Amino acid sequence: MDAKVHNAIVEAPKISVRDLDFYYGSFHALKRINLDIPEKKVTAFIGPSGCGKSTLLRTFNRMFELYPEQRAQGQILLDGDNILESKLDVSLIRARVGMVFQKPTPFPMSIYDNIAFGVRLFETLPRVEMDERVEWALKKAALWTEVKDKLGQSGAGLSGGQQQRLCIARGIAIKPEVLLLDEPCSALDPISTGKIEELIHELKSDYTVVIVTHNMQQAARCSDYTAYMYLGDLIEFGPTAELFMKPKRKDTEDYITGRFG
Amino acid sequence: MSTAQHSQRIAKHNSRRRTNRIALTLSLAAMAFGVFWLLWILFETITLGIGGLSLSLFTEMTPPPMAETGGLANAIMGSLTMVGLATFVGTPIGILAGVHLAEYGRNSWLGNTTRFVNDILLSAPSIVIGLFIYALVVTRMKSYSGWAGVLALALIVIPIVIRTTETMLILIPNTLREAAYALGSPKWKVICSITLRAASGGVITGILLAVARIAGETAPLLFTALSNQFWSADLAKPMASLPVTIFKFAMSPYENWQKLAWAGVFLITLGVLLLNILARTMFGKKV
Repeated sequence: MDAKVHNAIVEAPKISVRDLDFYYGSFHALKRINLDIPEKKVTAFIGPSGCGKSTLLRTFNRMFELYPEQRAQGQILLDGDNILESKLDVSLIRARVGMVFQKPTPFPMSIYDNIAFGVRLFETLPRVEMDERVEWALKKAALWTEVKDKLGQSGAGLSGGQQQRLCIARGIAIKPEVLLLDEPCSALDPISTGKIEELIHELKSDYTVVIVTHNMQQAARCSDYTAYMYLGDLIEFGPTAELFMKPKRKDTEDYITGRFG
Repeated sequence: MSTAQHSQRIAKHNSRRRTNRIALTLSLAAMAFGVFWLLWILFETITLGIGGLSLSLFTEMTPPPMAETGGLANAIMGSLTMVGLATFVGTPIGILAGVHLAEYGRNSWLGNTTRFVNDILLSAPSIVIGLFIYALVVTRMKSYSGWAGVLALALIVIPIVIRTTETMLILIPNTLREAAYALGSPKWKVICSITLRAASGGVITGILLAVARIAGETAPLLFTALSNQFWSADLAKPMASLPVTIFKFAMSPYENWQKLAWAGVFLITLGVLLLNILARTMFGKKV
């Protein structure tokens, strides 16, 4: 594809993807992706199922390494350092790049310990400070008022939307720089979705947020930049308003107007 | 709809109902057949065993033939000791091996081989295990011993715990593991704090079922722990156990021995039943 997008470069990127190829065994899932994720903005990845948007997201914290048949080639620069080749421990990268998944995944422990689990991996805090950190994270995730009287109860007892906010709180608690959200609302009802979208809006003042979504209205509502992907290619990337109002490419226009996909 | 079409539908419907009724009757009959024998066994055990229940059962030793008094204290103590120690030895090995199979060796050569060998061990007749320990331990130490009994029982516990631990861990969705890794958690921490904890109910159920299984095993103890007429807490010596005592007493012509055998059967049945109920009600729900 010689018409490969070069408008995918922004100023002050937090993450820069350079010539990234990704393989599931012999299947070529991402094809020479070049993309800059701006700092303290919300970037959305959209595209039909199987286009590689989740795959791309999962390279940013090297989550794919859990599966031996998956491999990535190229560069992913986090503040200029290539995390794919970095000698850095993958745990330390994941402490900087948090992730929230499609399905809420509360750990089999109390609400308090769900939050404290990640913090304890990297910090030894006295009880009082840990209490403060848990409260801070739950407040950030707009969950504090709903759970403050039952911190000792199991996280599994919360509703789906509350569980997802618990997972966001858990991710925030270790104070990452980037937050990756992989279709965080697809298992939630509209009210919970609304709460999470509000949350995303507030989170971007402190974090670089990258969200994968199937829902184009959601991308339009809560992102600053949008990337449209199709069959492993990055088709178009730009400010969300531009991409939705006057897409540069016909493929993008067809997709967002619902003529395709 | 035409009448022909309608009557065809009715006919089809009726034949389906007939088939359904036959299948239901057959499966109900099969269930009744199974439950009938089970209840009969329980009934016999209770009616014949409950008469032998008394305090002396727990305080007195196994008596000589035709004696007036006597109990099963040494057999109960021996069973508790050997089953307890076998569980204590077998459980950690089983859990660790199960963790390896589920978390490290799902598709590795070592994992697949271990799984295959474990399946064989799981279905090995317990008498084979008894003979194995006899050849390995008893002939070398030149004495039957409680330790040999513990080893034989542990060899039965290990494959059961491996299998249940592995199965329960595989049931834990990968999304939960990924969520823990995404926080920067190392693998051992993910296993100890997240997956094993999420699977704990099932793993404990597996252990309790293994205990229930070995509590009633006779064959592996016959050539290993043998039995003992007297109170002996020395594991280097032959040791009494409930199943072997029942075997010996039930085959005897002496009435007092037969009565004690039934009391022993009652105790084991009650114990195994309680363990099963405990396994299913207390820990089964989480699975």
